[in-house]
Amino acid sequence: MVNYIWMGLILSGILVAGFNGNIEVINRAAFEGAKTGVTVCFGLISVLVFWLGIMNVAEKSGLLDIFSRLLRPVVRFLFPDVPPDHRAQGYILSNLTANLFGLGNAATPMGIKAMQELEKLNPEPGKASPAMCTLLALNTSSITLIPTTIIAIRMNYDSANPVEIVGTTIMATAFSTLTAILLDRYYRYKYKSS
Amino acid sequence: MYGLITMLSLWMIPVLLSFILIYAVYKKVPVYETFVEGAKGGFGTAVKIIPHLVGMMVAVTIFRESGALDLFISFLHPILQFFHVPGDIVPLALLRPISGTGALAVTTDIIAQHGPDSFLGRLASTMQGSTDTTLYVLTVYFGAVGVRNAVYSLKVGLWADLAGAIASIVIVSLVFG
Repeated sequence: MVNYIWMGLILSGILVAGFNGNIEVINRAAFEGAKTGVTVCFGLISVLVFWLGIMNVAEKSGLLDIFSRLLRPVVRFLFPDVPPDHRAQGYILSNLTANLFGLGNAATPMGIKAMQELEKLNPEPGKASPAMCTLLALNTSSITLIPTTIIAIRMNYDSANPVEIVGTTIMATAFSTLTAILLDRYYRYKYKSS
Repeated sequence: MYGLITMLSLWMIPVLLSFILIYAVYKKVPVYETFVEGAKGGFGTAVKIIPHLVGMMVAVTIFRESGALDLFISFLHPILQFFHVPGDIVPLALLRPISGTGALAVTTDIIAQHGPDSFLGRLASTMQGSTDTTLYVLTVYFGAVGVRNAVYSLKVGLWADLAGAIASIVIVSLVFG
């Protein structure tokens, strides 16, 4: 499916630009896009290096273990394939907690680390395991309690009450996360039985 | 309320950092060496993501800059109007899963045009905050571990985005409408 979406985005873009007679836009867009991709990755380097270092300290001290033991039932329910006491648990929980508090730049490194741990458990490397799909589903629907960026923008534009959207955002995000979890479960069993 | 929330998010990272470090020292972990050892992996991971992210960004930028996105939106417009979805919000709902910076630009624009406390401003704020950029998250998380076959993940992410967008419209209409 990723293949089709990727190709579809590019080809439909070229087609539209060709029809509108501004094909030169494509040349600019292609290289601009490539540049953005690299820039974003370079932006990730600092965050990744810093948080992976800190998380290593938390792991070696045993803090991550304590944390995952506290919230074990949640992980057991969402990730039945991850063995208890596996270090992936701690990283999954850190990732979910960071998301919850809107700490986007801490959530990404922890999520990546969790993915790396899950890949070690993956019987078919290169193909996403059910647990990896669940972690991704939780992250794409992003359970957020405090949408920090949007509150900042609303403040910039002199909102009378910048945080009044926190309630509606939590309700909407809860609904999309619930949908993601249910769909993930549905496809997990569908693919297992096929 | 707002003061409390900003305080909380400002203090979160400093408190977390101190707690992790103090606990590690208490457990006799050599903190600096352990930090450096873990941090080493960061650079390689980021570099591994580059091909995935460049591929996606090129496709998304071409789609947006060529006018294909606008065309797509104008096709959907009559259908959405039938369901009483405000037209101004459509670009945001469509852009949200594929481009994080693009969606943020649209949200900011809507807030600037209609005001943060208008119905559209509140709707855009809720929609922006309630979901993440599915394509980006998938590219980065799976790219970092070299997963090429995403199985059903994209499907789940996109359906959840749609559910989030619909939920935003319904909830904001009910609460502020």
